[in-house]
Amino acid sequence: MKRRDFLKSASAAAVGVAAPAIFSPARAQRAETLLLVTENGPNNLDIHGVGTNRPGYEASWNCYDRLITHAKKTLPDGSVSYDRDKFEPELAEDMKVGDMSVTFRLKKSAKFQDGTPVTANDVKWSFDRSVTVGGFPTVQMKAGSLEKPEQFVAVDDSTFRVDFLKKNSLTLPDLAVIVPSVYNAGLLKKHATDKDPWALEYTKTNTAGSGAYKVTSWKPGVETVYERNDAWVGGKLPQLKRVIWRTIPSSGNRRALMERGDADISFDLPAKDFTELKKEAKLKLISNPIGNGMYSVELNVKSPPFNNEKVRQAVAYAIPYQKIVDAAMFGHAAPLFGGKSNDASDIAWPRPTGYATDIAKAKELMAASGAGEIDTTISFDLGDGVNSEPIAILIQESLAQIGIKTAINKVPGANWRSEMAKKSMPLMVNFFSGWLDYPEYFFFWCYSGQNAIFNTPSYVDKDMDVLIDGAYAAAAANEKDKYAADVKGFVSKAFREVPRIPLFQPYLNVATQKNISGYAYWFHRQVDYRSIVKG
Amino acid sequence: MLATLGKRLVTVIPTLIGVIIVTFLLTRVLPGDPAVYFAGPAATPESIAEIRKSLGLDRPLPEQFAHYVNDLAHGNFGSSLSTGRPVATEITSRLPASAELTLVGLILSLAIAVPLGILAAVKQGSWIDHACRIVATGGVSLPVFFTGLLLVYAFYYLLGWAPAPIGRLDAFSSAPAQVTGFYLIDSLIALDFETFRASLSQLILPAFTLGIFSLAPIARMTRASMLAVLASDFVRTARASGLNDRTVIITYAFRNAMLPVVTTLGMVFSFLLGANVLVEKVFAWPGIGSYAVEALLQSDFAPVQGFVLAMAVLYVTLNLLIDIMYGVIDPRVRLEG
Repeated sequence: MKRRDFLKSASAAAVGVAAPAIFSPARAQRAETLLLVTENGPNNLDIHGVGTNRPGYEASWNCYDRLITHAKKTLPDGSVSYDRDKFEPELAEDMKVGDMSVTFRLKKSAKFQDGTPVTANDVKWSFDRSVTVGGFPTVQMKAGSLEKPEQFVAVDDSTFRVDFLKKNSLTLPDLAVIVPSVYNAGLLKKHATDKDPWALEYTKTNTAGSGAYKVTSWKPGVETVYERNDAWVGGKLPQLKRVIWRTIPSSGNRRALMERGDADISFDLPAKDFTELKKEAKLKLISNPIGNGMYSVELNVKSPPFNNEKVRQAVAYAIPYQKIVDAAMFGHAAPLFGGKSNDASDIAWPRPTGYATDIAKAKELMAASGAGEIDTTISFDLGDGVNSEPIAILIQESLAQIGIKTAINKVPGANWRSEMAKKSMPLMVNFFSGWLDYPEYFFFWCYSGQNAIFNTPSYVDKDMDVLIDGAYAAAAANEKDKYAADVKGFVSKAFREVPRIPLFQPYLNVATQKNISGYAYWFHRQVDYRSIVKG
Repeated sequence: MLATLGKRLVTVIPTLIGVIIVTFLLTRVLPGDPAVYFAGPAATPESIAEIRKSLGLDRPLPEQFAHYVNDLAHGNFGSSLSTGRPVATEITSRLPASAELTLVGLILSLAIAVPLGILAAVKQGSWIDHACRIVATGGVSLPVFFTGLLLVYAFYYLLGWAPAPIGRLDAFSSAPAQVTGFYLIDSLIALDFETFRASLSQLILPAFTLGIFSLAPIARMTRASMLAVLASDFVRTARASGLNDRTVIITYAFRNAMLPVVTTLGMVFSFLLGANVLVEKVFAWPGIGSYAVEALLQSDFAPVQGFVLAMAVLYVTLNLLIDIMYGVIDPRVRLEG
């Protein structure tokens, strides 16, 4: 050790020892409190609520328990992620999967935050609630074939059974997402009214769970304050006693707060801040590819000119992929282009297509298509303008070279969903990601004949549906070869016919102070405070 | 006096009715479908329809309007979907934040602009006159968010003198018991000087940002009206009578020059209150402007309607106050119906 280094560490140690004597109350409080800053805060503390936004999911995740949750694993780059394939008990003590049902035994010591024990009746009431309230929670439950209250049976006080409507390999993963949280039925029944039988009004502003944290103060758009629930039995007691989550709309200020050391975690950084902060190396920066998610260019196959497969392929060859990754994402994204071929060789997803920028080939395809000059619009969600706008401009520039003139249509965030639902946009830049990280899940939403809102190209094809349904059935029956064949089949077909042209897989970026550890990436893309350690 | 006040108040009623109708219709005409927005990811047509029904958006417009007016009459402004709380609560908790910021900004601005304007008029053509012109032009041409970010960069990020720009109080202080909603006043009432200091230090940068922006109209107006008054006969008479400069300028000239300044002040105040959205965004200030803009971006009707209504009431009150102040400043102007 060099003399200077020794002096530095010695004086640092001295400060560390001496300071608590002077500032002990404030320091102790700060040491056990996490200050988290993000662009947006929750609009509702309950994921079952009407129109709960994504930050609201974070409140639900940390304040309520599920029967089961995912285990965690360390990724090759050293960051920690949830493990898609491994489940751990949370409120349940064990789980027995039968042929057409699954049975859970609840932890006997589990108590809600008001001290009443968690019983199977609470679980049944909560599950009934999620499949009846409508909107997002009900749709999410349906993805795991969890649709009817009759499926949920409270066998006795501590035994709960879910009966399957049909075999679906997504049923168990769907029990570990945020929606099937367990609510304090006794408490909520007291707050229920005729108009509001599920007490959604109460849970909008109050947490009524058995989770590791409870919200003690919530000022929408300003801050959310959590206190630890010391009686939590769902896992190892978290280290942080208090979490203060502040909404800081300006990304420049979030960055300044981090660089000055005033905030502990800044979550979901723009790619620009991430790459710059990484260079400065003052903070710990963690970044994970967003599972089952991609930015893509989507072409409406219902009407001309993009009902012509050759035109779509021409567009796919004309896109300036690398420029997009460099200019819009500052090089910080996983490319989904330039693969060996459009035929999938394994079931990895998302995967690169065989397309790469090749203007000559694009011109050739345009000539072969017989489409002539094309005049159209390219749309994007202004709510995501930071990423989408530069992408749209680069594509506009490139398409002009192959005789496709485009006008840019900026759609305000509030209108984006309704525009998507209309399915009238001919060409758009869009992002989709699925919670459940399985290729058939992505295809179910984006390519299947049910023509869901995310199937913006309105791509309906009988052979495609056979492959998607086949993959679902094979997964449920555990037929691995059939499953792989179907997945490879639908991926290759989707790449050849290109109703949507994958661009890149974005990352979820987090900056933390150096004394913060334990951050883990979750499929829901929100912060799990329970594993975070400060100091 | 009371009778004329009453008369003025009666004229306010049609204005408010107009505002209610227009805001209702405007929010309905806006593109964007709140039901689709709030149905969230993975929405199906059925789930969107369910949400539309629960929001009451499936009923005909006149029925929705009758519902809305009925709620208003009962003091119910509706609930915001984006923050999940009643609009009335939100407005009462956020209006003081905006008002405190705007008032402090305005006081700072007055403290600089009025003396500057007077000096510029008295010493017309001198260096101070030019300085006044430069400050005013600079202040009005710098966009507020830019001034705000610049101040944050200099005083927080580089120098570390100002506290972190994270709203009205730092994360580890707690708000004083609410009396007026103004943290400066409430903390003094509670004799909590620690909170007073904390909220004052949070307030300084955003208040200066607003102050710099509003310098220009006040300084220019003071200068112009002082010039006019200084050139008038009674000032010449006062000087000829041997009164000292101070008495002539402050007591006689300035008092007469104040009327247009007060008018400008009223306009600047109401303008700032609505327009400080950007300052609120930069400093994460939980004010009413950022609330309304966020609601608008999400097609969240109730807060937008509540905001416009609250603003209309505020403008009307402010105009009334200014009219009354005219009478106090200048006995020649009294309320005369």
